[in-house]
Parts: sequence; C-alpha cells; structure tokens
Amino acid sequence: MNFDLRLPIGILFTLFGLILVGFGIFTKGSEISLGHNINISWGIVLLVFGAFMLLLAKRGKNL
Amino acid sequence: MIAVPTISILAADVAGSAPEINLHPIDYSILGIYILVVIGIGFVLKKYMKSSSDFFLSGKSIPVWVTGLAFLSANLGAQEVIGMAASGAKYGIMTSHFYWVGAIPAMIFLAIFMMPFYYGSRARSVPEYLKLRFDEKTRGLNAISFAVMTVASSGASLHALASLLHLLLKWDYNVSLAVSSLVVLAYVLKGGLTSAIYTEVLQFFLIVLGFAPLVILGLEDLGGWSGMMSHLKPEFAHSWKYMGTTANPMGVEWFGMVFGLGFVLSFGYWCTDFLVVQRAMAAKNMGDARRTPIIGAIPKMLFPIIVIVPGMIALVLAAKAGSNYSIPLGVTGATDYNLVIPSLIAHYLPTGMLGLALTALMASFMSGMAGNVTAFNTVWTYDIYQSYIGRGKSDSHYMWMGKASTVAGILISFAFAYMAKNVNNIMDFLQLVFGFVNAPVFATFLLGMFWKRATGHGAFFGLLLGTFAAIVFHGISYPEPLEVGAKIIGSKGGWLGIHYQFTSAMAQNFWLAIVAWTFCFVLTIAISLATSRTKTDGELVGLVYSLTDKIQEESEPLWKRPSVVGSVVLLVAIVLNIIFW
Repeated sequence: MNFDLRLPIGILFTLFGLILVGFGIFTKGSEISLGHNINISWGIVLLVFGAFMLLLAKRGKNL
Repeated sequence: MIAVPTISILAADVAGSAPEINLHPIDYSILGIYILVVIGIGFVLKKYMKSSSDFFLSGKSIPVWVTGLAFLSANLGAQEVIGMAASGAKYGIMTSHFYWVGAIPAMIFLAIFMMPFYYGSRARSVPEYLKLRFDEKTRGLNAISFAVMTVASSGASLHALASLLHLLLKWDYNVSLAVSSLVVLAYVLKGGLTSAIYTEVLQFFLIVLGFAPLVILGLEDLGGWSGMMSHLKPEFAHSWKYMGTTANPMGVEWFGMVFGLGFVLSFGYWCTDFLVVQRAMAAKNMGDARRTPIIGAIPKMLFPIIVIVPGMIALVLAAKAGSNYSIPLGVTGATDYNLVIPSLIAHYLPTGMLGLALTALMASFMSGMAGNVTAFNTVWTYDIYQSYIGRGKSDSHYMWMGKASTVAGILISFAFAYMAKNVNNIMDFLQLVFGFVNAPVFATFLLGMFWKRATGHGAFFGLLLGTFAAIVFHGISYPEPLEVGAKIIGSKGGWLGIHYQFTSAMAQNFWLAIVAWTFCFVLTIAISLATSRTKTDGELVGLVYSLTDKIQEESEPLWKRPSVVGSVVLLVAIVLNIIFW
C-alpha cells in the first residue's frame, strides 16, 4: 500500500499548530491557564511535531 | 472486554453540577478539520480496497509502527481516557495496576508466544484460529458471542459520547448520535480496517498532545509532582504498599490483583480479543506481527501520566483552598468521578486549546466505535456468514457483505445506544453477561496452543461450563459486607444466597474471573482426556507450540528481537512497580 500515514498526521498537526499560534497572537494579553498564553506555546509544539512528521514523510523511508 | 472501570454518563447527570463549556468558532474549526482529515483518509484508501483481504485485513501490508500504535489505540477508547482518570481520583496511583500488571505482561506474552500461531496459521480471525485448532462449534460459540459484544460496546461508546456532548455542550443527543455515526461510517465503509487503524494512530497522537497540557498545568498549579504527591493520602500515593490493609482503596487483595487482573482478565483480553489482535494480524510479516504488541507496550507503560495523573490532580486540586475547582456532582448528589477529565478541561484550557482537547476526547469515542465495527464486520463475514449462511461465494461478494455488515453494525450500535439511554442499567447488565462469557476464554486458548491433547469437545464444553461457573459464583457472592436484614440487590450478586462477601465490586469481579478460568481449565482437561482427538499431529502443525518449529531470531539485530525487547519492556514495568511500591 503506497500511502504514508505520516503525511496526513503532519498536515493535521501543522494546521492545528498554525491555528493555535495565530489565535494566540490575536488574543495576546487576553483574560482568557495560570497566565500562560498556552495557545502560542502549545501551538509551537504542535507545529514542530507536524513539521517533523512531514519531513519523515518527505524522506519516504519507513521508521 | 477487560474489567476496567466502567463509565456511565447518563442523561440524568444533566441535573448534577457538570461544567458547562462554550465553544468558540476556533474550537469548532479544529474539530471540523479533524473530521475532514479522517473522512479524507477513508476516501484516499478506497482505491486500495480491491479484495476482501484488503478490506478486512488491510492486505497484511501495514507498517509496524502503525500496527503497534493502533494495537495500543484500539484499547484507548472512552473507557480508558475518562474511566482511568475517574479511577485515578478514586484510587490514586493504584490505578496503574491496570497497566503495569493488567496489560504489559499479557502484551509481551502475546508477542512472544501467541502471535506465531495467530499469524503463522493464516487464520483470518481469532475465532477462525479456534476452528483450525478445535472444531466448528467452538469457533461458532466464540464468533457469535464476540460479534454481539463488539456491537454492544460500540453502542455503549456512541451513547457515552452523545450523553457527554449533551451534558457539556448542550448538543442534541440525537444529532450527536447521528453525526458521530455518519463520520465513522464514512471512513470505515471506504477504507475498511486500514481506515480504522490509521485513524486510531491519529487519535493516539491527538490524545497525547491534547491532554498533556492538562497534566503540565495541573502539576504546575500544585507545585510540581512532589507538591501533588505530598497532598495525597498515603494509600493513594503507593501502588502495592497498602494492598493488604484496610486502607486499600480498591478493596482487592494481592492474589485477586495478581492472578485475577494480572493473569486471567488481562491475558483473556490482550491475548484473545480479536479487536486488538486484528491490528497485529494486519502486519506485513511474522516479525512485524510479533513486534506489534511490544511497540504498543512501550507507550502503554507511560500512559498513566496522561490518563491517571489528571485524576490525582483533580483530587488534590479539589481540596486546595482557593482553587475554585471541585469534582462535579452527579444527579444523586454524589461526586461523579467520570467528569474529572471534562471538568479539568473546562478549568484549565482556554479557547483554542479547549477545541484540541475536546477533539481528542471525541476522537477517542469515535475511534473506539470504529475499532468495534471493523472487528464485527470481519467476524460476521468470515466466521458467521461465510461459514453458515453464504458458503462458496465470490471474493467480491464477501467484500460487499463486509460493507453491508459495516452499515448493519452501525445501525445495531445505534439501537444499543438508545437502549442504554432508555432502559435503566441495561449496559451494566450487558457488561455483567459479557464478564461471564469472557472470564474463562483464556483457559481455552492456553490449552489449545500449549497442549496438543486438548479436544474440540473439551474446549467447547469447558467454555460453557466455565461461563456457568461464573454465573453461579455471581449468585453466591456479594460485592460489599451486608448487615443482617439488609436488602440484597440481585444485579450485584447473592441471588443464590450469599456465601462470599467482598469489600468491593472490583474484588468480586476479579475472583469471579479466577473461578470461571479455573473451572474452564480443569474441565477442558478432564473432558479432553475423556474424549478422542479429532485432529492429527500433522493437522496441528502451526497451531500448537510443541508441534511447531520455533522461530529463530539469531539473525536479527538485538533491538529487533521480540524476546529481547519484550524482556526489557517487562523489566521496566517491574521497575515502575518498585518505584511506586
């Protein structure tokens, strides 16, 4: 089967990361997590994870 | 199904103090993207579904990292996420027994000793292995009981999801039921088992990345790990130390825990339940099939951090002055521990992260349902339809039947969900019945794989009598000390007169399993010795340990040998038990 699951995983989490970081920047300083802008910090985690999966998919080798 | 703590989020809970969550369009967009991606995966996979083997078995072509994570995720449904957090709040670190005692040893045993027979025999399902090893009637008994259990579990998952969405978001129960069913139907119908496996892996990452912030924020709020542990009662901070004392919150003693949970129930679930074994059977080759449970066991060992620690955080946070947090109450006014995870999500996560966590929660429900439906359509088509109703049809006909039974499985799940909603305690009753049926099963497989003298009659009647022993034991035992003159509630037991009183329902369940397994084991041996063999040694090659060539691992590097890696994983599980003793 020539379908690499890392591609949709990478796309999904990169999208989630972009949405969270974007929304986090848009709501910076808002009164809406112990004072942390967790949308930005966790959004970056998701972006890194998503990019890592996309990179693995691009390499095309199985883990 | 293993006797994990059950969840019963009933519509009546609306009257309790459940947290109300308001979603922002950003939260909906995260949920919407997830649904589009899983349906998209189904549509992309459609072109690969050319034969019934592709649809039911993924063409035995799935990479091992995917089957390994799916093996773990197939068990990572709502019961795990919500039920284990509830147990974390009720029993503390003792809940880890469901992982380090009640899962890891069984997963390693399956990988090293049992997968060679499941995969090597070319059986397409676990019931089919029973047919090859024993006879048709033993397969039929296992297949029919498994098929009923999977659609009932799928219905329970559906009901719990719709109830939770109604409770937290005020979504209409019927709409939630219909939308989640249609999403699951869309991707399973197109991509078969492969769709279910791929979305299970997506769900694994979603749960880890969606719930980890809860643990991080909760621990920071309580002053770190040591801050949380210092505020827990001692018996909540140790897994074994208080096992033999009256302070033991689980009410289960050593033998019941080790033999009941650690052997009978966990081996019965992880080593014989087709829902999880099917993931390993989808691997590319024997080596990958054996590595699948071991790859699943590694994150499984660490999963208490994601699912149990939130319960412990909730317990300490609720007692912390000025925290503005309490574990919600149910309709009876008692604490509803099943709402620990939703209430922590509402307490800590702002818009955006809220959408991610709720998407992870919904994914776990839908994925659990998809896993059950794909196991059901395989067993229905191969073990029931092809064996008893439509023999000798074309491959394309069986593939069509697989798709038809997928639709039927969803519709029956729907019916079970409405039964759960409208008939009081129906799911508790069904779980009780499933417990009777499941308890003795591992004895049959153990004797089948490791004793060539076991016969079909021995297996069939041993299973039936083991189930009968479970029913009788339920009738003569009671899950709590009873005062003289107190009313006996029949659904709890004691309907044949109370001869054994336990300190908890969990202890009664574990001992019921021990009794059923022992009866099945002894009676299968006795009946086998009294009946003649119907299978020759030649017919049992590849099905029984003593008649099958041992797999040589010496040519593999150390890190790829199941026996080596499995031993290391088992050792780490033992070390974790010692650390949290």
